Amino acid sequence: MSDLSKQISAQIQQAADQNSAVRIQGGNSKAFYSRALDGSLDLVDVSGHTGVVNYEPTELVLTARAGTTIQELSETLGEKNQHLAFDPPVLGGLATIGGTLASGFSGPCRPYLGSIRDHVLGTHIVNGNGDYLRFGGEVMKNVAGYDIARLMAGAMGTLGVIMQVSLKVLPKPQKEATLCFELAQGDALSMMRELGDSPIPVSGACFDNGRVYVRLSGSEVGVASASKTLGGETMSDGEAVWISLREFSHAFFDTELPIWRLSLPTQACPDLSGETLIDWGGQQWWLRSDAPIKEIQFAAAKAGGHATLFKGGDRSGEVFHPLSDTMMQLHENVRLSFDPKRILNPGAQYPS
Amino acid sequence: MNSPLVSESLDPAVFRQLHIDLAGILDRPNLLSESEEVTPYECDGLSAYRQRPMLVALPEDIDQLIAVVKTCHRHKVPIVARGAGTGLSGGALPLSNGVLLVLAKFNQILSIDQKGRTATVQPGVRNLAISEAVDQYGLYYAPDPSSQIACSIGGNVAENSGGVHCLKYGLTVHNILQLKVVTVTGELVTIGSKALDSPGFDLLALMTGSEGMLGIVVEVVVKLLPKPTHTSLVLAAFDSVEAAGHAVGGVISAGIIPAGLEMMDNFAIRATEDFAQCGYPIDAEAILLCEVDGTEDEALAQVDQVTAVMKHFRATEVRIAADEAERLLFWKGRKMAFPAMGRISADYYCIDGTIPRSQLPHVLNKMEEWSKEFDLRVANVFHAGDGNLHPLILFDANIPGELERTEEFAGKILDLCIEVGGTITGEHGVGIEKINQMCNQFSTTEIDQFHALKAAFDPNTLLNPGKAIPTLQRCAEHGAMHVHNGELPFPELERF
Repeated sequence: MSDLSKQISAQIQQAADQNSAVRIQGGNSKAFYSRALDGSLDLVDVSGHTGVVNYEPTELVLTARAGTTIQELSETLGEKNQHLAFDPPVLGGLATIGGTLASGFSGPCRPYLGSIRDHVLGTHIVNGNGDYLRFGGEVMKNVAGYDIARLMAGAMGTLGVIMQVSLKVLPKPQKEATLCFELAQGDALSMMRELGDSPIPVSGACFDNGRVYVRLSGSEVGVASASKTLGGETMSDGEAVWISLREFSHAFFDTELPIWRLSLPTQACPDLSGETLIDWGGQQWWLRSDAPIKEIQFAAAKAGGHATLFKGGDRSGEVFHPLSDTMMQLHENVRLSFDPKRILNPGAQYPS
Repeated sequence: MNSPLVSESLDPAVFRQLHIDLAGILDRPNLLSESEEVTPYECDGLSAYRQRPMLVALPEDIDQLIAVVKTCHRHKVPIVARGAGTGLSGGALPLSNGVLLVLAKFNQILSIDQKGRTATVQPGVRNLAISEAVDQYGLYYAPDPSSQIACSIGGNVAENSGGVHCLKYGLTVHNILQLKVVTVTGELVTIGSKALDSPGFDLLALMTGSEGMLGIVVEVVVKLLPKPTHTSLVLAAFDSVEAAGHAVGGVISAGIIPAGLEMMDNFAIRATEDFAQCGYPIDAEAILLCEVDGTEDEALAQVDQVTAVMKHFRATEVRIAADEAERLLFWKGRKMAFPAMGRISADYYCIDGTIPRSQLPHVLNKMEEWSKEFDLRVANVFHAGDGNLHPLILFDANIPGELERTEEFAGKILDLCIEVGGTITGEHGVGIEKINQMCNQFSTTEIDQFHALKAAFDPNTLLNPGKAIPTLQRCAEHGAMHVHNGELPFPELERF
């Protein structure tokens, strides 16, 4: 547990004074996801800025320095029978809470229990001027000032070096069960959509190779009665399905082909060429394909969503879905308001 | 009292031209300028602050609204957007040199996607009207601020409104998917989508709770949830507020996230019982209302758990609402708490600070001490599950000095909320009311960052200027020499 706030602020101040850009790194577990950064840039290493600063189980709040690993947080919370409900990837123990927030990663439960941005209560950041700033806080409801804490989610470090994160945490469910159903894709999409029509405790729904897997999380009686209602086959090793999706360790991800992530409205069915794996109850499609980038982006947009080149492919080209001219201008304005010299992770999200 | 907004008067020639230009866009009944016409718009739900707007514009569609915004932008005239006007922090307080843009005519539910469980609505649609419209599909819109009968969804987005069920179901930010927003230059942009995330920055989160400072919301796509098949309410009485506070922690520790968890103190219990006859135990020092929901099996199992926790934490009485009628009766008292106060006091002032729950006894004791010091009564009604306090200070505005004393008292409570690690506003917004306390909650560089972010959307400060984020000049005048972590907040003040 160590506090590098002063060192990191000073490093950014100096970089700003010298107009020299930096690349920000925590556990270096998600470098594959970013647009390619210039490897010769000075490194801002947040991995040593670690430790749980505050954890009060009855307040359902945990605050940790950005370099603290997800694994350590899970262990700390587990001792009090609590967890991070957005179920982020652990990535071999390397993933940090700062990197998870910057990338906006959430697990298979996302449609049902929310994403990391939904669970962020506050952040401390160092902006591009080297100012150490605190936004949000450690309470569930807080509308003082703009919601800059949530704005950090998925910003790829281009708005500030995330230094500290406060999160809403939740009790672990008493009981979990995974059910399996054999269905064709069209029926699978309908079934996964219908799960949301009644208040049953669903915490995951995916479609993989002719099978729908449904995870239930809740009280003993709630899970038992939902299992009975839904039917299907109860899996003895159901947890492995969800871990393989969360950690991108499923065989689907073992490929030389570019991997795309499509985020789509409920029950969308985009026209894609390539193999797919469908998670988030039909709202997150994984695609292995070397089809042209514009073709994939077009298919996602036509279905009402967007496509991200998640892993592989040309990392120096378009990785995140292109924005309209007006939105791009707004993004640039927002970015400059935090980082007027464009020194933080330049080009990590969109070409700088 | 926070001084009203100081606004420079508009050049009469500019005003004349603006009026002519707007009259070319809006029909006569939709452009108000006479004193008796604009006076009804002089305040929102915080009536202590009043200012007649220069002009009131009521566009009927997005094209008209865009034309109004472009016209104001061309003349560099500020705009204050207003929904139903139920806000409690003066966020929609007009400007004497500005146009009040009223969205009341945008009151249509445009579409309901039953299968996708979303509704696309105009900003002037009332919060409760959404749930009423989708009830036939077994769906509802979760955030339920106590003004839900009247407040509009556009205002809910501007304030990131909560309600009694947000511990389990979240705030507005957790329950919307997409916004259409008109920028200060009159461009229509779509933020978010019907997917669960969007490329780029999370501007949907940023817009939510931004108090009309970054853009004007003209359409909202909300998420709908399936209605719980079973809902149960447990009422528990305690012989001290502290004991009730411990029981709240006990419920959470037992792994239960109730749908709602509300606390009322003895003063509030008595006042509401007199007013609403809902069967509350009037001798209790505090009561908790704990609602659980889900499938029937789940809800009933949780009722047993909650009852056991309440008894373990020495509840003097535990009642389970016998049926739906009794459940609604128990809630009626809680929801009538504010009007009940209105009956026993000429005026009341509602505070919205949020604190870590462990600080509850300390904060309540301080409030009681100050209540005597300021000679003003305080009733406590609050969202115990999430630490959002709503102390109601009772006063009479007709007694000279009483409003000022009330505001001083309220200011001390808000400072205490900051000191114990909380915030000055949980769900009502900063508006004009709490703008001075912002200087205490944030440092100079943090406030600078807020202004820089605003300028990214609105470089000429034309959208709701003077609200939500104080100028550093204002902080200096407020004299908020609040010591945070041993440092004065404005060491480099001479810069300004």
